Amino acid sequence: MIWRRMRATAGRVLRQLRHDPRTVALLVAVPAVLMGLLAWILRGRSHDFDTFGPQLLGIFPLIVMFLVTSVATLRERTGGTLERLLTMPMRKADFVLGYAIAFGLAAIVQALVVSGLCFGPYGMTVRGEAWLVVVVAVLDALLGTALGLSVSALATTEFQAVQFMPAFILPQLLLSGIIVPRPELPTVLHWVSYLLPMSYAVDATQQLSTHAAVTTQFLMDVIVVGGFLVAALALGATTLRRRTP
Amino acid sequence: MTGRAPVSAAPAVRVEHLAVVRGRTRAVDDVSFELDAGTLVGLLGPSGCGKTTLMRSLVGTQVVSSGTVTLLGEPAGSPRLRDRVGYVTQVPSVYGDLTVRENLSYFATILGASSEAVERVLADVDLCDHAASMVGRLSGGERARVSLATALLGSPSLLVLDEPTVGLDPLLRRSLWSLFHRLAAAGTTLLVSSHVMDEAERCERLLLMRHGRILADTSPAGLLSSTASEDFESAFVALIEGDVLGKRGVPAAGEERP
Repeated sequence: MIWRRMRATAGRVLRQLRHDPRTVALLVAVPAVLMGLLAWILRGRSHDFDTFGPQLLGIFPLIVMFLVTSVATLRERTGGTLERLLTMPMRKADFVLGYAIAFGLAAIVQALVVSGLCFGPYGMTVRGEAWLVVVVAVLDALLGTALGLSVSALATTEFQAVQFMPAFILPQLLLSGIIVPRPELPTVLHWVSYLLPMSYAVDATQQLSTHAAVTTQFLMDVIVVGGFLVAALALGATTLRRRTP
Repeated sequence: MTGRAPVSAAPAVRVEHLAVVRGRTRAVDDVSFELDAGTLVGLLGPSGCGKTTLMRSLVGTQVVSSGTVTLLGEPAGSPRLRDRVGYVTQVPSVYGDLTVRENLSYFATILGASSEAVERVLADVDLCDHAASMVGRLSGGERARVSLATALLGSPSLLVLDEPTVGLDPLLRRSLWSLFHRLAAAGTTLLVSSHVMDEAERCERLLLMRHGRILADTSPAGLLSSTASEDFESAFVALIEGDVLGKRGVPAAGEERP
């Protein structure tokens, strides 16, 4: 029963989502529609959707979850509920992991629906295992949740929180190898891209697109994304303050 | 201080030379007092006098500049106090996108309280009829009572309530004050703040605060007689005027504040 408070927090966040069906619909519909749009744009260009599709399948959930989590945690901070919880016998890990579990479950549903559409009606194919694409998409969504948790500490209003998306996510997207393959980036930017989690998330899906077998590089990518995930959750926990000025 | 007093005789709250500087103002300025267990104490003073900052220092959410705060024998903010001290903030801190019962059940799990506790506090704050309502759709007064109910869940030994009755109708206010008296009679120590001076008469003891300092530590009857006033509003005004005059006579450091 040690994790009772974590499970209660996850259940509470899911209950909040259930009372907000429009947000749940958007969580699933937005990436689904965007992937459909991408498939349509690239129709007739042989294999382009097979190249870009898996990469973006990991990135759209990351962006959506980043936004949802940063706003949700900001509301807890400004609404006083976080402060109240921290005056109670609540560990910071209970809070952070509770959120990660709740949004992780939401991310699984999201990834299953969106990749089901991609591999089905949208006609996306990968050389590697399709289910691994789903795993990477869920991992990316969790990374988005963890980054949103820690970044929300920097925001004092929802206007600011929303703007952290372009500030923290878009530069990673530009350097992730989607637009220009990372080795072809200017040297300094290439170095910088090694420090950014999205580079590994995109590379993992590229590995799945182009290799039938699971490559060592894919495993390394997944481990690095997992490492960033743990680090971002830990950072998120340290931003929760029991005492404030 | 030599040795430890027996637990029963130890004050529930001991504040010694507490000071809190927020920005450029001394929100709490060298405050000392003790509260005995099982008493109902009012913390009164105008808005912005430092009541909330003092209360936040007690529950351990405020970074303090100097001084010590001891609750139930533990330093403020100690992990061992987290299920023994209940705190209600001025702005209701509950989830607007959950029902009343969902809110209380969640906080009950966090506090390790039973599901009977949820029903008990619903009855305490007279919200049984609204248990299935979304908190976001309740009136301000109802939402404030959900927040209060949350603090009652763990049956805390000390309750710190920041303006719990503001904005409530007179009947409800009366029923909450009688709840506070019942809790105090059962041994709970309550510190209740208000900027409505008329609430003073409902307390056993009063701490009157202005500009971050305790102006008077007295009983309702004592306040009226010492200021020769008929009502608490004029008693407080008389107290402030006396304070200002006294200060003019003997200029003290850090007096005039913006």
